[in-house]
Amino acid sequence: MKKELGIFVLLIVLCVIVSIKEPNFLLAINLQNLGRQIGAFGIFSIGLGIVIITGGIELSVGSMMALLGVLLSMMLTEWHIGVVPAILLCILVAMMLSLTHGLLITRLNMQPFIVTLCGLLFYRGLARFISNDETKGFGTVAGLDFLRFVANGNLFKIPMPFVLLILISAIAWVALHRSVYGRYLFAAGRNAEAARYAGINTRGIITTAYVVAGALTAISAIIIAFYTNSISPANHGNAYELYGIAAAVLGGCSLRGGEGSIVGIVIGTALIQVLRNLVNLLGIPSSLDLAVMGAVILIGVMADQLLTERRNRRQIALMRESTVSSTPATE
Amino acid sequence: MSTSTAILEMVGISKRFPGVVALDQVSLTVNRAEVVALIGENGAGKSTLMKILGGAIGRDSGQIRIDGANVEIRSPREASAFGIEFIHQELSVLDNLDVAANIYLRREPTTGSFLKLIDRKRIHRESDELLRKLGLNISSRTPLSRLPLAHQQLVEIARSLSAGARIIIMDEPTSSLTLTETRRLLEIVRDLKADGVSVIYISHRLHEVEEIADRAVVLRDGKNAGTIERSELNRDVMIRKMVGRDLKEMFKTETASARPTGEQGFAVSGLRTQRYPRHSVSFTVAPGEVLGFAGLVGAGRSEVARTLFGVDEPIAASVSLSGQTLHINTPKDAIKHGIYLVPEDRRATGLVVDFSVRENISLPKLDSYSTAKIISTTKETAAAVRAVKSINIKTPSPEMRAANLSGGNQQKVVLARWLACNPKVLIFDEPTRGIDVGAKAEIYALIRRLANDGVSVIVISSEMEEVLGISDRIAVMHEGCITGILERSQFTEEAVMYLATGSEG
Repeated sequence: MKKELGIFVLLIVLCVIVSIKEPNFLLAINLQNLGRQIGAFGIFSIGLGIVIITGGIELSVGSMMALLGVLLSMMLTEWHIGVVPAILLCILVAMMLSLTHGLLITRLNMQPFIVTLCGLLFYRGLARFISNDETKGFGTVAGLDFLRFVANGNLFKIPMPFVLLILISAIAWVALHRSVYGRYLFAAGRNAEAARYAGINTRGIITTAYVVAGALTAISAIIIAFYTNSISPANHGNAYELYGIAAAVLGGCSLRGGEGSIVGIVIGTALIQVLRNLVNLLGIPSSLDLAVMGAVILIGVMADQLLTERRNRRQIALMRESTVSSTPATE
Repeated sequence: MSTSTAILEMVGISKRFPGVVALDQVSLTVNRAEVVALIGENGAGKSTLMKILGGAIGRDSGQIRIDGANVEIRSPREASAFGIEFIHQELSVLDNLDVAANIYLRREPTTGSFLKLIDRKRIHRESDELLRKLGLNISSRTPLSRLPLAHQQLVEIARSLSAGARIIIMDEPTSSLTLTETRRLLEIVRDLKADGVSVIYISHRLHEVEEIADRAVVLRDGKNAGTIERSELNRDVMIRKMVGRDLKEMFKTETASARPTGEQGFAVSGLRTQRYPRHSVSFTVAPGEVLGFAGLVGAGRSEVARTLFGVDEPIAASVSLSGQTLHINTPKDAIKHGIYLVPEDRRATGLVVDFSVRENISLPKLDSYSTAKIISTTKETAAAVRAVKSINIKTPSPEMRAANLSGGNQQKVVLARWLACNPKVLIFDEPTRGIDVGAKAEIYALIRRLANDGVSVIVISSEMEEVLGISDRIAVMHEGCITGILERSQFTEEAVMYLATGSEG
């Protein structure tokens, strides 16, 4: 809880500074835009975070988004498949691909980094191939109002992607922090061997994490495809996995596994999107935007590391005191 | 011998760890070209004393003198500068490098040129020479990963010699060696001595000590328990000094008087493990019985435990409980049938050390603390509080990270976890390793209590006193086979050792 509080404070401070320097930050249109982006990025970041909690990594998110975006556009505008089947197919394809990742990692003991790096290359190539390397979109094709609403509409002035993010993070929060599955996930991520000795099916738990990540990536992919309405197969979604990883790490996930929280990941996503927004608004040369993000993430994670170490030392000190008081000297 | 030949004197060394006095005013003297055995039970303080000498940990008080001069040893590097080299039980060679690279690690000679490249010719020439001296007929270009363990150990000895060792500490050097390899090592120790090197030899194998040591220094509960000179160095004297206290006190063995005959209990037949696929193991444990498993390290006892619990896949097995045949392929299967394992390595496999005491206790049976897969923290806490009270786990709260507890209390957390789910068969692998004496007695009492409640208990232990004290029967293993099962009336240290070393009549 303390972890999330720290990064939340950072987020608030950042927002206050930006709004003082540039009051336009608080304009409804800017906030709505920001919320839309937080929603779209937050949904797949939650998936990435869950994978990171297993001690794994998922690098193929951006490429998968390009592939799914191209597929979705072709299904709806060229193959004339219905909206609902198209959505379901998109999600199914993503889940099948991530299931493959999960099985390669848990059954063949391949390293997650390598499996998903190959995914990153493979799906990008596939996206470009099936689209003939042509930019795809949805133009003004009729009958897609629902999807346009999901990506660009508002519910009581709140952007739909943000509403979806809240809904999904609520479900993910219960699953991760209150359910048996979540506890197993943390145990498997922290010490897979010990989890196995406690009778946990660690392979199944970890594979499921990848499949969930795939499904969430598909939802984000659909939103982002309609949000941009233009999917250039060579660039769409480029480096999005890195935004997701950064959000998860900022939010308290450890790449060693077994650590992290949904609230943290969502706040981490918000922080990153505010940073992108800030670079825009404050007239910082846009060539610097990645540098700003890198610096803030580094500082955030460093501060967290220092705080964790202090907390551990304090707990050990408490332990010492209590053994001294509860066991009078043995001699 | 006069003190003038003393190369090393450790005087009045004390060391406290949180909650435990590891060393209390311990002294140790080593003369030039002398083999000093350091003996004592597990936890007597041998390793701590040697870690202090090797510079791995600091001391709270006392002095270390080398050649009569007071010195401070603050790191393994400084120890090495004083000519002290440590051959650890767990070898510290790098198996991704070749032999010569290991021997010269951190001391690579370089060519004089500007580039400072490693002088490969020289390290291979000198390494080959050292290997020949140690009677090891291999090239210094051999990758270490291709060498058997015994040879890797000799490479470590070669490394110590090339570093100019005057005192070599050997910690259980023969624990994973075969009999022939052991003979060879003992010869090398004699050769070292002849070359003027002193050896501090830590071993539980008293016949080796008898054979090789000039003197034995005995530690007991972190204190000096006497020195035995060569002339009176025999097993009886050593055991008497090592044990010192009345062990029977600890085990209060109301042995299973209620041991029911005729009940089938836990029966294993034709079990083949991955490590010893050609040998099969068969035994039974009645409800209420404690079956001890004795044997040397590497005899295959842990493998039997891990296979029964489903961690390792069996090559072949027929396991039954109360007459019902079981198929166990994963720990999940074993747990379903009430068969639990308290593993050898608490920190790596027994616990998720970053989890709290509460989370560790509830982990295997989370469903029973949940409604519709949602965990009730209240139920978990209640169970943890009950466990903490009933088996006296010393922790300020159930929320404490398991990593912060002492070894004995961590072990109790592992136990609490299984006690909470009605064990039928409970397998303990080295239940008191690294645990202080007080907690040991509590663990023994718990094991006995479980047996009295009708659980079939298996206790694997390398501590002779422990296995003799706690068991109703003892199965002794040697290189993958059960060489004999002893009834209580046949319990003697000699009988166990005899079977454990696989000695032929």
